[in-house]
Amino acid sequence: MLYVQILINGILLGGLYACIAVGFSLVWGVLNVINILHGSFIVLGAYLAFFAYTKLDIHPYLFAPFAALVLFILGYAVQLTIINRVIEAPVLVTLTTTFGLALLLDNLMLVAFAANFRKVSLKPPLGIIDLSDTFPSIDLIVPVDRLASMLFALLFVGLLYWLLRHTVVGRAIVAVRMDRYAATLMGVDTTKVFAVTFALGAALAGAAGALLSPIFPISPLAGTTYLGKAFVICVLGGLGSVSGALVGGLVLGVLESFGALFFGPEHSLTLSFTVLILLLIFRPNGIMGKRGFV
Amino acid sequence: MSATAQEPTAQETTALAPLMRIAGVTKRYGGLVALNNVSLELTRGEIVGLIGPNGAGKTTLVNVITGVQRPDEGEIFFEGMRIDATPAYRIARRGIGRTFQIVQPFPRMTVLENVAAGAMFAGRSASVAEAMDRAAECLAFVGLTAMTAMPASQLTLPGRKRLELAKGLATNPRLLLLDEVNAGLNATEIEGALDLIKAIAARGITILLIEHLMKVVMRASSRIIVLHQGSLIADGLPADVIRDAQVVEAYLGADYAGQAEAAG
Amino acid sequence: MKRIPTALLGLGVLALVVVILPFTATNYLLRLTTIAFMYIALASSWNIVGGFTGYPSFATAAFFGIGAYASGILRAASSLPLPVTWLFGAAAATVFSLLVGPAILRLRGHYFAVASLVLAAVLREITNAATALTGGGMGLNMPTSGVVNVDMQTRLYYVSMLTAAVLTVSLAALIWRSRLGWAMRCIEQNEDAAIVLGVNTLATKILGFAASAATAGLVGAIYATWIGYIDPTDAFDDLLSIKPIIMAFIGGVGTIFGPVAGAIIFLVLEEFVWRNVLNFHAGILGIIIVALLVFMPGGLGSVGRGIERLRAYGRAGGVGGAAPPVVPS
Repeated sequence: MLYVQILINGILLGGLYACIAVGFSLVWGVLNVINILHGSFIVLGAYLAFFAYTKLDIHPYLFAPFAALVLFILGYAVQLTIINRVIEAPVLVTLTTTFGLALLLDNLMLVAFAANFRKVSLKPPLGIIDLSDTFPSIDLIVPVDRLASMLFALLFVGLLYWLLRHTVVGRAIVAVRMDRYAATLMGVDTTKVFAVTFALGAALAGAAGALLSPIFPISPLAGTTYLGKAFVICVLGGLGSVSGALVGGLVLGVLESFGALFFGPEHSLTLSFTVLILLLIFRPNGIMGKRGFV
Repeated sequence: MSATAQEPTAQETTALAPLMRIAGVTKRYGGLVALNNVSLELTRGEIVGLIGPNGAGKTTLVNVITGVQRPDEGEIFFEGMRIDATPAYRIARRGIGRTFQIVQPFPRMTVLENVAAGAMFAGRSASVAEAMDRAAECLAFVGLTAMTAMPASQLTLPGRKRLELAKGLATNPRLLLLDEVNAGLNATEIEGALDLIKAIAARGITILLIEHLMKVVMRASSRIIVLHQGSLIADGLPADVIRDAQVVEAYLGADYAGQAEAAG
Repeated sequence: MKRIPTALLGLGVLALVVVILPFTATNYLLRLTTIAFMYIALASSWNIVGGFTGYPSFATAAFFGIGAYASGILRAASSLPLPVTWLFGAAAATVFSLLVGPAILRLRGHYFAVASLVLAAVLREITNAATALTGGGMGLNMPTSGVVNVDMQTRLYYVSMLTAAVLTVSLAALIWRSRLGWAMRCIEQNEDAAIVLGVNTLATKILGFAASAATAGLVGAIYATWIGYIDPTDAFDDLLSIKPIIMAFIGGVGTIFGPVAGAIIFLVLEEFVWRNVLNFHAGILGIIIVALLVFMPGGLGSVGRGIERLRAYGRAGGVGGAAPPVVPS
């Protein structure tokens, strides 16, 4: 029963992780840019949700779409003005550029919000669902806030999936992801696609930030942790695909849960990164075997 | 090459054995079978043409021979030694040279430095000076002496093809794999390339000529091998191969076979 | 070719300045110059992998940190003289690079970049956890060099860092002129062609990685004993990976003296432009990084082009950016 509980914890976490990573994965897969700024976007979304709740009484789950919208606009602007200018450059340049942008955003947030950790404490707290209340033999608990976060996260991820599959913009994005040069020959405006994709990535990061604000403490220094998880999930699940981010997120969530049980929660980051390095060495295309950009 | 020996020397005996033997090589990519149980031999001094439609597996075969990829099944022997598990750079040093279909120069080095790299590493030159000398020699052979100091990125396509040849030669190969060396050249340039290929063979280098231009292959090769969807479907004299029913059906079309027969 | 006399002259002047400084300058200036030497060494160290072979390495922080901790631990636990602990730090970093290199140097492009970036993060966490050995998050204190006189101490580290810088740049120059350097250039310009021409690319890359590790590790080791205290966040700071890249960019990636010039310019910028803005210096560094990479990716050599772009940016309203090439290069 303990293992089932750990598994449930992992799945709950995994859904949220998928939302954290899918934007990063999309940007990497389509723009071929490793966006270090992504972690900072998540933190910004979390801060926006925090202030929305404490100052305006808007519930984080309701605020998530607005966080997504704000980050969408920010992402669009950043891509068009800055990232687009280095988009054809090698990874050294693009990664360092997004690193510089992250330095800037993190410092701005640090100055604006201070470094101490904030947390959204929901009033009234959402509590837990104790399965043993209804099924006495099943001794499992499900924290409602995590459950809600996971469900909303999956909703956002699902929305993105629908967008990629069924809208013109989405099909264009997939086309550019497959072969950007062929896409230009077919009349796709890649500049616009890049901007929209980056904006979508930022939007999902913002939404993820809002959704995790009741669960994890928020601070400008937390960006790198989320970024690290996004890295691992990308390599686990393959680049640029929603299903890959889902699988990767779930696997990482479950891995971390069991890792916390056996090694202690303070080692979860080390565990994630060790998994990442091992994966990169032995299976850089992920467990799904999807082709990624080299 | 002792002309006056009474008995065959060890060198001559080796010369009679196949230079390369490919036995039952299979290569798969997921569900796709790129090479299907391919077996063939190359004898010293031959110019062998390797033809087949796009996707037939020609470049895969070259990649497997040069060690860029490993076969899933089968073995490859070069001068009696097994090489299918040898790393690519070591195969280059053993004496198998290769040119690329899409030319691959070192763009920011001069033409001379490009070729000298081949002499230096695979050609095992003892010093930089020796590598440069050898490079100059190879450049003279392909007719690029005038461009020696030019950055490789500034060459035109025919020039780059010749550079590619010179680099291959600088590695001191006993077997040279020429992958679509005529792609993108006009008729005159192709003539020049053919002359070069024959001159290379005259130096004792065995050549595997991968081509899809029929007339080139027919004129230069002493033997033709045909690949179709990963399988070897013909292996013999050019005149025989173009009449082979399977080949005609798979690749040439009845028209060409008719023409060639009419031409004699 | 006509640059050589000027370069030699410049070198001569620099050498003179460097030698005279300890006799005339204030401790503040000496410390600043010591940091300049440190930056020169780190930029040149990165350049061996990032510039010569063209592999986007973010591993400098990992090497630096290992050198710092190995040296620090040995120093704290024994009474071995400083140079011995420094060499131990360099050796530890080298061993690490030889262990990790064969694995991650088979990766290319993005995957290599990510793997090298993650190295420092993993080491940070491991160091944090191994409290008994490293002091964990509380950091590690080292006994002082035993030189009580502040002036002497400052000059001691001035000379030590200078030595590290000279060693690193000399090693880079030696490699550049050798067969190894040529092989690296081949890899940088076309790795597939290099393989087919007989270059043992993996061995070449590993050697370059090790050279970079040894030199960055040495700098880390010296730095640790200079400050007398290290903790995981400082020793494995990501900025230690990013700054040398920027320095090399400023001065010219892949050259011998580019990283030297770039390091000096970077330090001047760092010291005089934003050291004064205490709570926003990371942000300003970020702005400088972006401005440099977007407008002057060629470094100093493309200042003219950079100004052009700035003007064009203003004119076009900044929207539009790069058009994708029609034919892939």
